[in-house]
Amino acid sequence: MRHLLNPLDFSVEELDELMDVALDISKNPQKYAECCKGKKIATLFYEPSTRTRLSFEAAMLNLGGSVLGFSSAASSSAAKGESVADTIRMVSCYADICAMRHPKEGAPLVASLNSSIPVINAGDGGHQHPTQTLTDLMTIRSLKGRLNNITIGLCGDLKFGRTVHSLINALVRYDNVRFILISPNELRVPDYIRQEVLTGNHAEFKEVTQLEDVMPELDILYMTRVQRERFFNEEEYIRMKDCYILDAKKMELAKPDMLVLHPLPRVNEISVEVDKDPRAVYFKQVQFGVYIRMALILKLLEIQV
Amino acid sequence: MLNVGKLNEGVVLDHIKAGKAMDIYRDLKLDKIDNCVAIIKNARSDKMGKKDIIKIETSIDSIDLDILGFIDHNITVNIIKDGEIVGKKNLTLPKKIVNVIKCKNPRCITSIEQELEQVFVLTNEEDAVYRCMYCEEKYS
Repeated sequence: MRHLLNPLDFSVEELDELMDVALDISKNPQKYAECCKGKKIATLFYEPSTRTRLSFEAAMLNLGGSVLGFSSAASSSAAKGESVADTIRMVSCYADICAMRHPKEGAPLVASLNSSIPVINAGDGGHQHPTQTLTDLMTIRSLKGRLNNITIGLCGDLKFGRTVHSLINALVRYDNVRFILISPNELRVPDYIRQEVLTGNHAEFKEVTQLEDVMPELDILYMTRVQRERFFNEEEYIRMKDCYILDAKKMELAKPDMLVLHPLPRVNEISVEVDKDPRAVYFKQVQFGVYIRMALILKLLEIQV
Repeated sequence: MLNVGKLNEGVVLDHIKAGKAMDIYRDLKLDKIDNCVAIIKNARSDKMGKKDIIKIETSIDSIDLDILGFIDHNITVNIIKDGEIVGKKNLTLPKKIVNVIKCKNPRCITSIEQELEQVFVLTNEEDAVYRCMYCEEKYS
C-alpha cells in the first residue's frame, strides 16, 4: 500500500505515468466515469480549505465513487481530543482512501503509520502540499511541454508557503531548472530548502527582492499569497501583504510565452486585469488539479483502466 | 583523590565532558537498570582538564551506543572483562534517535499529541543535522 505524503514519494518516472493518466482522463473522461464505483474517499479536513477539499471530492465523484468526511476540526472528533492515530484507525473502517489536511506539520505521516488505507497529504501546516505540487507539475508539463530547461520565479511568501517548498523539492529532480526566489527578506525560503534541497542538489538559484528586475528571465512565474493565518502578528501581515503585486505593467516585461501560475486563492497579489492575459493559467491549473487527483486516486487504489 | 573500585565486568564511559554525566545517566536510562553504576564527576584529566566518567556493571549490548553517539561521539567506550580493558567501541552518529530530544517547532504534530514518539532522523552526516521525522524541522 502506498501513501502520498511528500512530492518525493513518487519517482520522476512514476510522476510521468501519473501525468500521462491525468492527460488521458482529460481527453476521455467517460472512460473513467465508473472505475471507482463502490469506493469511498474520506476527506479529513482539520482546517478549512474549500478548493482542495472540493477538488478531491470532485475527483472521486468523477470516477463514480462517493465521498464522506469533515471540513473543520470543530466538526470532527478532534474537538473531543481524539488523536490523529485513533481517527485514522476509525476512518480506515469506513473508507477506501483518505485525503487529510491538518494545521500541524507531520499529521498525515502519523495517520499513514496507523492506517490500513492509503493516506494523501492534502496540506500539513507550512510543511508539504504534494497534490498541489502534482497539479503545478501537470500544468507546467501540459502547457509548456516540458519540466526541464526552465527558469521558474517563485514570488511572495516563500517562508511559510508550503506549495513553494513542495514545488522546489519536486523540480530539483529535473535537468537544468533554474530558480529565482523573489520575496521580502522576512519571507525568504527556510534554510533547509536553500541548503539541503537547492544547494544539495546543485540547483542554480538566486534570491532577489524585486519582481520587476527578473520578469524578462522567467519561463514560469509562480505567485503566492501572503497568508494571514501564518502570521503571529496582524501588523506584520498588513505591512507585508502588498509587497509583490503582479499587474499588467509588470506583465509587459515578461516573455510572450511565460506562464503565470498561482495555487489560489489569491487576495490581491495578482490584479484582476491580468486574468484576461492568455499567459495567466491559474484557473486552468484548477482543472488540471482535478485530473491529477483522479489519476492519483486510481494509482493509490491500484485500479488499472 | 577519590578512588572508585575497579570494574570486573562492564563498560566504562570515559572522557565525558565535565558536568554531563548525569544527563547521560538519564538519556541512557541507567536509572531503570538494577546493576551497579558509578558516576564520577570532575575527575582530573590531562586531555580535558576535568571530565566525567560513568562505570556500569553491564554488558555492552545493553548500552544504547546510538544515543551516546548523538550526545557526544568523543566519549570513549571501554569494554571491561576480568578487570581489564578488552575492547573499545567507536561512536558514530546514529541514523535515527527516538525519545531523546524533543521537537521545538510549535507547528509540529508532536506539539499537540504528546504520546507520539519523538523521532529524529540524521539528514546530513557531515554537519550532524537531525530533523524531526514529522515536520522536518532541524534540531538545534
